[in-house]
Amino acid sequence: MTNFETIIGLEVHVELKTQSKIFSSSPNHFGAEPNSNTSVIDLGYPGVLPVLNKQVVDYAMRAALALNMEIEQETKFDRKNYFYPDNPKAYQISQFDKPIGKNGWIEIEIPEKDGKPGYKKKIGITRLHMEEDAGKLSHANGYSLVDFNRQGTPLVEIVSEPDIRTPDEAYAYLEKLKSIIQYTGVSDVRMEEGSLRCDANISLRPYGQEKFGTKAELKNLNSFNFVRKGLEYEEIRQAEVLSSGGIIEQETLRFDEKTGKTILMRVKEGTDDYRYFPEPDLVRLSISDEWVERVRAEIPELPDQRKERYISELGLTAYDANVLVINKEISDFFDATVQHGADAKLASNWLMGDISAYLNAEQKELKDTALTAENLAGMIKLISDGTISSKIAKKVFTELVENGGDAAKIVKEKGLVQISDPEVIRGFVTAALDADPQSVEDYKGGKERALKAFLGKIMKESKGQANPQLTNQILLEEINKR
Amino acid sequence: MAKLSTEEVKHVAHLARLAITDAEAEKFAEQLGKITDFAEQLNELDTTNVEPTSHVFPIVNVMREDVAGEGLDREKMMLNVKEQEAGQVKVPSILE
Repeated sequence: MTNFETIIGLEVHVELKTQSKIFSSSPNHFGAEPNSNTSVIDLGYPGVLPVLNKQVVDYAMRAALALNMEIEQETKFDRKNYFYPDNPKAYQISQFDKPIGKNGWIEIEIPEKDGKPGYKKKIGITRLHMEEDAGKLSHANGYSLVDFNRQGTPLVEIVSEPDIRTPDEAYAYLEKLKSIIQYTGVSDVRMEEGSLRCDANISLRPYGQEKFGTKAELKNLNSFNFVRKGLEYEEIRQAEVLSSGGIIEQETLRFDEKTGKTILMRVKEGTDDYRYFPEPDLVRLSISDEWVERVRAEIPELPDQRKERYISELGLTAYDANVLVINKEISDFFDATVQHGADAKLASNWLMGDISAYLNAEQKELKDTALTAENLAGMIKLISDGTISSKIAKKVFTELVENGGDAAKIVKEKGLVQISDPEVIRGFVTAALDADPQSVEDYKGGKERALKAFLGKIMKESKGQANPQLTNQILLEEINKR
Repeated sequence: MAKLSTEEVKHVAHLARLAITDAEAEKFAEQLGKITDFAEQLNELDTTNVEPTSHVFPIVNVMREDVAGEGLDREKMMLNVKEQEAGQVKVPSILE
């Protein structure tokens, strides 16, 4: 395409789901009244002292270990100085040269696309460090408003190696990272609530050159899809600038969702001058081997392990297993459905097919519907034992997802039981053939399509209740007799 | 005496979002130079065999349990706020 190689690195901020803030006991939850969850420590009043929340260290370590990182056992916090109205302290307590996690990796899988084969790739993770979030600014006309509820919310920042080469890889990395963090249970990782945020660095260099080109930083990326689109746009823009002999400035860009373009926020003059120094209000952290092992033991089953289990124990295909595990809510629901006795393959098909389609169309999550693992399993058992056809199941499903209830009961009450009596079906077949001799002739003349038309009519006549396999078989028998 | 340059003073003032005049920069360069000189005295000590540390206390792992208390009463918090609107703190526009 071009003569340039794309280099992408991603910085992801994840808010930790603790009860209280990282350095104070004020409550930590999303969606409270503005400025109702603050404390004198969050606001940096004179003379107050921060005290570290132990759960934050546990969660940060759990996340780091799940991302295959080493734990820095002798670590500390540092003070990052900056003046901005989102932070009344004029500094952020963060970690500078001794992040709690280092040298990790995750494996991503790029599916086949436009004839190019799919592949797997390991993306390195440079570091994971703990820090506090700042307040939230909203911009009005001529002034800004600050809500300090988020001030002091515990965060981990996860910085990837510049190993990512395409916007699709960036997308896959974010999905996988989000999935792993979601499985560890340390964060809600909801981008729409800001509990997962992403900045992307992108630069281009001529193929074969070792030195990285000047990078641009993309901010304000509100979905993984916008990350991909912003990077795609920036890849082309930078290639055009470089090809025409121009130079890329080190700059911060904003992705405009409406136009799909990147817009200059500011040109960076040199590196930021944050004047880091060790945080004098907190003592060092010394993490014992026992502590690390205790946290390691708390890590639940992660997506890759679960995928392996789906393939080896439940006989799903690698593709299906992959799609199911990426979202923990869906995957947990699948597990529960199988535990309630549903056939794994059918449960997987329903979750990836009709259920996903329904959730997408209604913009809902599973928990907002009346569907439960138990009633879904009940419905799938009725399909497995031939009581209802897949077609009828769609009607039952609509009822279950909207109003809940018991599948067997719904089938009985609505008279949806599948017709599997060959003689009853033969009645439908004969009637359909008698009604349309022309199509019978067409079929005999080689028009296979005529058969499909008959099948459709018969299903319609039987209100979708005729057993499809049996109907097909009897239809063939009868039409060939004519 | 290692006087700070006025450029350094202006840089620090900019980082702290302080507007200072050239005359002030000159004056502060003198004064801040004295302060850094004072701290420079520490370099007279021989620290060859002293381990670097980020804290003077020989204690580690001071932590609290993750228990949430009450948030600060907003009205109290707003006592220290110049201007407010809809429960939020009003500040000058910071988007250029």
